[in-house]
Amino acid sequence: MRTLLELDSVQARYGPVQALHDVSLTVVEGEVVAVLGANGAGKTTTLRAISGTVSRSGVIELDGKPLKGGPETAARAGIAHVPEGRGTFVDLTVDENLRLGAYTRRDRSLKEDVKRIAGYFPWIAERGGQRAGTLSGGEQQMLALARALMSKPRLLLLDEPSLGLAPMVVREFFRTVRDLNEREGLTVLVVEQDARIALSISARAYVLEVGRVALTGTSAELRDDEAVRRSYLGY
Amino acid sequence: MQQVVTGLASGGVYALLALALVIIHRSTGVINFAQGEMATLSTYVAWTLIAHHGWRYWPAFVATLALSFVGGVATHRIVIRPVEGGSVLRIVIVTIGMLIAINGFVIWQWGGEPQALRSPFGTDTFDIGGVVVSSHDIGTIAVALGIVVLLWALFRFTKVGLAIRASAVNPVEARLVGVRVTWMLALGWGLAATLGAVAGILTAPTVGLDPQMMQAVLIYAFAAAVLGGIDSPAGAVVGGLLLGVLLNMLSYLTQYDLFDWFSEELRLPIALLVILVVLLVRPSGLFGRPEVKRV
Repeated sequence: MRTLLELDSVQARYGPVQALHDVSLTVVEGEVVAVLGANGAGKTTTLRAISGTVSRSGVIELDGKPLKGGPETAARAGIAHVPEGRGTFVDLTVDENLRLGAYTRRDRSLKEDVKRIAGYFPWIAERGGQRAGTLSGGEQQMLALARALMSKPRLLLLDEPSLGLAPMVVREFFRTVRDLNEREGLTVLVVEQDARIALSISARAYVLEVGRVALTGTSAELRDDEAVRRSYLGY
Repeated sequence: MQQVVTGLASGGVYALLALALVIIHRSTGVINFAQGEMATLSTYVAWTLIAHHGWRYWPAFVATLALSFVGGVATHRIVIRPVEGGSVLRIVIVTIGMLIAINGFVIWQWGGEPQALRSPFGTDTFDIGGVVVSSHDIGTIAVALGIVVLLWALFRFTKVGLAIRASAVNPVEARLVGVRVTWMLALGWGLAATLGAVAGILTAPTVGLDPQMMQAVLIYAFAAAVLGGIDSPAGAVVGGLLLGVLLNMLSYLTQYDLFDWFSEELRLPIALLVILVVLLVRPSGLFGRPEVKRV
């Protein structure tokens, strides 16, 4: 079980504002790891630091190799980042969104992958020509996930997938992510405000506070510790 | 009728240049005031290859298109990229500066005297059911239509076309899936420059090749683009053809009392009037979608 992602003393800034002061975490291949914390703790920024969307310093290594450059490089290295708000190409069709997901791939087995992915999202096959902006929020979230899968990623970054979605839809989404992890060994790093649902599918979790890691442990530990739940996780 | 066909031919040229303006605006948000001068420069390059270096027409045509493409890409990377995110005024000044610089360069390099660039379609005329059409007009319509179809296919079916479209609507998300957005936008500029080159090469045989050749055409192209919707490629084509036919029809209709105020000099002011009216009445044009700003 080797370490797929390693962050060591990572800092990140938005212009003059320092958002991450010192974040260190690891993700082992095949794991689901959650990053939790209050608003403004730096969760989204952590994912952006990994995909290179924000200016950062410190050690960020994927499979032992440092990640440098912008999001295009990260995408080519096998990182699929589903951003906050889903990042749907609203003016393009569902099919075109999926095709874009596979943009970095050069192999020809796209059709089989579309079939395999359609297995998790059966409705996608029928709505290929529909303009993505007309999908519901939950469908767009599923589309974003399907789009990420099209690139055959080594690491999936999910940024607050529950945002703006009905609880039932959120549960279904996380069920799908868990299935993907169990059946395909997909490694996932998920940032969430809804700590309860994130802990239900993750093996380990990090809790961020003001740009630093305040707490880490297995999800079971964090779930069972009432003090931690009350003060850090809000439930 | 005759005027319709001639109108479609000149409209085809307006459509090509309008398409160039729309591609650039849709992808980079820039109104390229220098589009006409870039086209003029390309046409002079073609002329030089043919008249001074003895190239045959079609090889010179293709070479000019290739050079124009590279020129467009280079213009984006070198001139536009540094000012892209900045204020609109800055970008406008840069493109107007380019207009002046290129115009000056053309005059310096080739002089102000008009040159002759022959049409590749010859000077024959055909009589089809009482309507006299020139081979150049038919050729122009065919080329314009052909290019529009090619461009449509490029954007609709190819990976590159999809990447350019994605870069135009959602550059941040496009980067996340691995699209090199800056290069895609540069490609857009290259395509636009190529369209401009074709427009220029098709215009020169009828009006004569001189440094001011495309200035009026640019105004017509703006009118066409605004009429069709500044972000709509289909709108640019429809707008261009409509405008070309409209202006020619007005010429034809001067024989009737209602329209006898119209003369050739009014073509340009009418195009400007179209821009004004569209912006006042329906700013998003025929095919554009109204822009919604969330406050």
